[in-house]
This record gives sequence, C-alpha cells and structure tokens, in this order.
Amino acid sequence: MADYSYVRKEMLPEREPPASEVGVIGWLRENLFSGWFNSILTVVSVVLIYLILAAIVPWLWSPTWGAGSLSECRDIVAELGKEHGGACYGVITERWQQLLFGFYPEELRWRPILTFVGLFVALAPVLFTDAFPRKMLWFTGAYLFLAPWLMWGGPIWTPLLVAAGPALGFVAFRFVARAAGTLAGVIAAGLVPILWWLLAVGPVAGAIQSVVPLGIELVESRLFGGFMLSVWIGVVAIAISLVLGVVLALGRQSDLMIVKYLSVGFIEFIRGVPLITLLFVASTLLNIFMPPGTNFDIILRVMIMATLFASAYIAEVVRGGLAALPRGQYEAADALGLDYWKAQRLVILPQALKISIPGIVSTFIGLFKDTTLVSIIGLLDPIGLTGSIRADANWNGIVWELYGFIALLFFLSCFSMSRYSMWLEKKLRTEHR
Amino acid sequence: MSTLEIEPTVDTSKMQISDEVAIQIADMNKWFGTFHVLRDIDLTVYRGERIVICGPSGSGKSTLIRCINRLEEHQAGQIVVDGTELNSDLKNVDKVRSEVGMVFQHFNLFPHLTVLENCTLAPIWVRKVPRKEAVERAMHFLEKVKIPEQADKYPGQLSGGQQQRVAIARSLCMMPRIMLFDEPTSALDPEMIKEVLDTMIELAEEGMTMICVTHEMGFAQAVANRVIFMADGQIVEQNEPKEFFNNPKSERTKQFLSQIIGH
Repeated sequence: MADYSYVRKEMLPEREPPASEVGVIGWLRENLFSGWFNSILTVVSVVLIYLILAAIVPWLWSPTWGAGSLSECRDIVAELGKEHGGACYGVITERWQQLLFGFYPEELRWRPILTFVGLFVALAPVLFTDAFPRKMLWFTGAYLFLAPWLMWGGPIWTPLLVAAGPALGFVAFRFVARAAGTLAGVIAAGLVPILWWLLAVGPVAGAIQSVVPLGIELVESRLFGGFMLSVWIGVVAIAISLVLGVVLALGRQSDLMIVKYLSVGFIEFIRGVPLITLLFVASTLLNIFMPPGTNFDIILRVMIMATLFASAYIAEVVRGGLAALPRGQYEAADALGLDYWKAQRLVILPQALKISIPGIVSTFIGLFKDTTLVSIIGLLDPIGLTGSIRADANWNGIVWELYGFIALLFFLSCFSMSRYSMWLEKKLRTEHR
Repeated sequence: MSTLEIEPTVDTSKMQISDEVAIQIADMNKWFGTFHVLRDIDLTVYRGERIVICGPSGSGKSTLIRCINRLEEHQAGQIVVDGTELNSDLKNVDKVRSEVGMVFQHFNLFPHLTVLENCTLAPIWVRKVPRKEAVERAMHFLEKVKIPEQADKYPGQLSGGQQQRVAIARSLCMMPRIMLFDEPTSALDPEMIKEVLDTMIELAEEGMTMICVTHEMGFAQAVANRVIFMADGQIVEQNEPKEFFNNPKSERTKQFLSQIIGH
C-alpha cells in the first residue's frame, strides 16, 4: 500500500516570479511575441502602421496656414515638392471663427465664450463631487437660467421670472401633495412651471421691462451657428434628457396603469421615429399647430425635439439598470420604512444609474453628434457652414481640411465624455476594491 | 442541514415574555396567483417572545414573516402589528415597517453605501434623526455586532458573516420593537454561521421580540420559547422547544425532524 501520509513541518514563504514574467521583457513576450504566429502578426502590424503614418504625417505637416485660397495652397505645396501633396490649412485660419460661432455678432462673442467657461464651472461640482465644494451647486443652479440669457440676451427679467418657475412648482407640490398625495403633487410640480413659462413669463417680463428697462442686446436665433450651436443644443438636450429619461424609466416601471402606458407609449413612439423626421416636425409642422402670431424660437424647437428623442433612449438604458438590481434592494429599502420616492432616490437610482453609465454616455455621445442633423433643416451648425465655405470661389473643392477640423472638434468632445464616464465608473466601483 | 451545537450559556434573566400582544394574526390567507400559499394562519406573538419557524421548503414560512411587514400582501384575514393594522393604507404600512426590523437571507445591504451609511440611511431619512446622533447610534450597534472597525468599508469588501451582522446592526439602528429573521444563516459558509447566531442570541438576551425562520435547530433549542412547524401553508404544530424536539405530535413533524436531524 502506498504511503500517502504527509505533514508539512514549515510553511513556505512567498517567492518572486521568474524574470521572464515581469518587466519590459516579460511584457514584450507576453503581449507581442508569445508564439511564432503572434510574432509575425506583430511585425506585419508594425510595418502597416509605419506605411499609414508615412503617408499621413507628411500630408499633415504642411505650412499653408497663411494661404488665402486653395490655389495658393497648391502653389506652396508644389514649391515644397511634396510627394503626397499637403493639407491646406488656410481655410481654417480664415474661417475658424465662423466655424466656431456662426454669424453671432463679433463684438458680442464674449457672451458665448463666457457661457462656455461658465459651463465648466457649473459642471465641476456635478461631475467631480469630491474635488469641489458643494456650495458651487448654487452657481450651477443659477447657471441654468443665466446661460440662455447670456446666449440670447434680452431683458434680465426673463431669466429671473423663468427661475421663479421651479419655486412655483415647489409651492404647488407642497399644497397639492398635502391635499391629494405625493403623485398628484409631483404632477402639479411639473405642470405649474411649464404653464408659467409658456403663458406668463413673456408678458410679465415685457411689462416689467417697459417700467424698468434692464438687459443686454438681443441676439436672434438665425445668427447662432457653428460649433457653438452644436454645443448649445447638445448640452441643453443632454441635461434635460437625463432628468426626463429617468422619470420615464420610473414611469415605465410604475404600478399605476396610466403612468405606465403613457411612458411606454411615449418611449416606443419616439424610438420608432427617425430623429430627422422629428426635426422636420420642429422646423415646419410645429408652427402650424401653434396659435397664429406665436413665434416659437427654432433653436428652442430643435432643442425640445432632440431632448425628447434622447430621453426615450435614456429611459430604456436606465430601465436596463433598474432591471439589473436584485429585488432584495427594493425589499430592504421597503423593510427599513423608506417610502417610494426616498427608496428610489437613495437606494435604487444611485445603483441603477451607476450600472447604466456606459449606456447613458453612449446615448449622450450619439445625441451630441446627431446635432449635426440640424444642418438639414437649415440651421448653420459646422456641417451647415461647410456648404457656404465650399461655395466660396477661393475654397471651392476643399474637403479634408474642413471636415477634418470639424471632426477634430467633435472627437475631442466625445472622447472627453467617454473618458469621464470610464473614470466615473471606476470611482463608483465599490465591489472588491 | 447544519445543526450547530450551541453551548448552553444563554443568559435567560432578561428574557421575559409579557402579556402585551406584539403581533396578532387572525384567519390570514394568501395566494400567489391561484396557488394558496398561506391558509387560515392564526398566530399571536407576545412581547419578548422568541419564535422559531421551521418547516420544509415551500411551506410558506418566509412568506408568513414577509407578510408581517407587508413585503407580501395578504388577501384575507387580519394582521395587527403593535396595534397598527396592515391594510391598504400606506401610512400604516410605513409605520409598521419602521417599527419592525428585518434581516434577509442574502443580507441585501446597499452596495453603493459604506457600512456606516447603510446604518444611518433610514434613521436620518425616515426617523429624521440628526446626522451626528445617527452616526453615534450606528457606531453603537456596529460595536454590538463586533465590527466597528469596518464602518468605512463597503459591503462588498466584507465576508458573508460580517455582512449579515451589518444587516442586523442596520435594522437595529431603527430601534425596532420586533425583529424578523428570514433564514439569516442559510447563505453563509459554515464557519460564519456561529458569529451571526451569537449576535442573534445576544439580541434575544436583551429581550427583543424575535421571529426567526431558520434551520438552526441548536439555536431553536437554546433561544426560542416557541417553535412553530409549518407545512403546506399551514401551522401544523407549535410547542416549546424541548417538547417539540423530543416529543413531536404530528406525523409531518416527526418526518421533518427525522430528515434534518438524523443524518
């Protein structure tokens, strides 16, 4: 009989891994040359990357910033004797302000710039809750009403009256919730500000303005354009669609039949319709339904459509997050005596939104890029502007440089969003940390 | 089934059962769809009682205690907890839930909050306890379950036994008058069962009214004043533990006990 009795007398200490597994050599072996097939792939890839870069980099490196027309560019490139030709940056030097601001009056461009800088100050306490003091959220709140005022201008009374809307909503909530329950209160809190904004703000602001004129110069929507317009539509639609999307997702899960089917109907309708049709509705049909004489701003209409469109997608992404939560989380919140709204706010949504971050950010990125569709209904976003630039005799025939510049702007924005979401996911990861 | 031996060092001096009724269940019936899960349940729990409910799986024991804080809704009969009847009035439901603590099989801690935040959440938001006081209270109960040093960790970083003790502390922070335990040790590794049971014994020693669905027969023998045996949605037999284990009356009970103890 084999003797398998064995007792260890002393425990073994930890040892260093062999040198081939760590350091640069270990990494190279592991990742690039782990077998003959992988080694061949590595070499082929390196050659391919070299060939691509060898074609692109000389084209990119092209001192044509001062050229005033495409033919001037070609002369400069020909003089340098470049084999693959060269980029023509003159168009960007000449038109970058237009690509950024559209036809926004030059002497007033400090306003969108200030709004843009303010955006980061307002976002900082929201995006980086640990690094910035919570008191900055007061600025974020004020920014919601200041930003449109800075962009469009007009009497100072309009943003102040608009800001009174949420306060009215809160008052309505207190009264209605006490009389008819929380749900009725929430509905009232949503309806009252909207009615206030639509019906009362305009006349009241006008009345006050006629007594105490105080304001900045009005800039009409048709002057808005360029990347500024994309950012402006994108940021507003992103901010509002997140809130609306969460509400719709909760509505879809509601036990109340009417709320549930209204949410489902809205989501399915919006998701079943292309964004471009919604934009056409915004640009043409919507005015037919409005009472004659009302002039509902085109950018505002587009913003509403983009927001509704994105909110349907956000709702579905958040619903996925809600569905991924174990039932036990709902039960534990119930068992502790948290009511529906507190349970959602403190327990369910923080987790569901965390799970949904990648999907939410994808939707945002998609929405931001979709803002270029407004060029089809005649708004002058960067894509809309390319038409008029390319129609200019000096720049007739330019393609890569112009679209490349616009692509770069969008890429930087979308890439930052993507990176932020990855950082946030990592920060919020509480399991096995 | 594990039948952990518990050293009989349970201090019974404070375990007093008063005449005051804590929970009154009368003619209670519940259906899941067409399936009749609970049938004519009658049960009166007095303050200070420690009741263990056992029975084969699917017998409705979890459903019964989940009805007591209305995680499940009963369709017929009456449940009165601490003088408040559970009915469609949400105010009553919230009142009962804030008076009755519950510990789940799978802990159900909130993974996005630290241990301390798990414990202070409901006191702050439901009971309106000032934050500072809520933190003090949470630390008090975390010390009681012997893990104050884990207060700033997240639940995902703790072992199962530690998580369940946090869950108990979280319930206690609401100062409940009744505690419900729904198979609190069933999801734990054997070596962690004892630490959770010890915590529960300590609670019992302080006179907490407890209803416990469990398969820990050692715990039942040492702590419970009454053992209830359920099968097919009915209370088949109830007795004090010694009589229940040594001298079961019904065939169903005998069969069940032989299966879980005689292995």
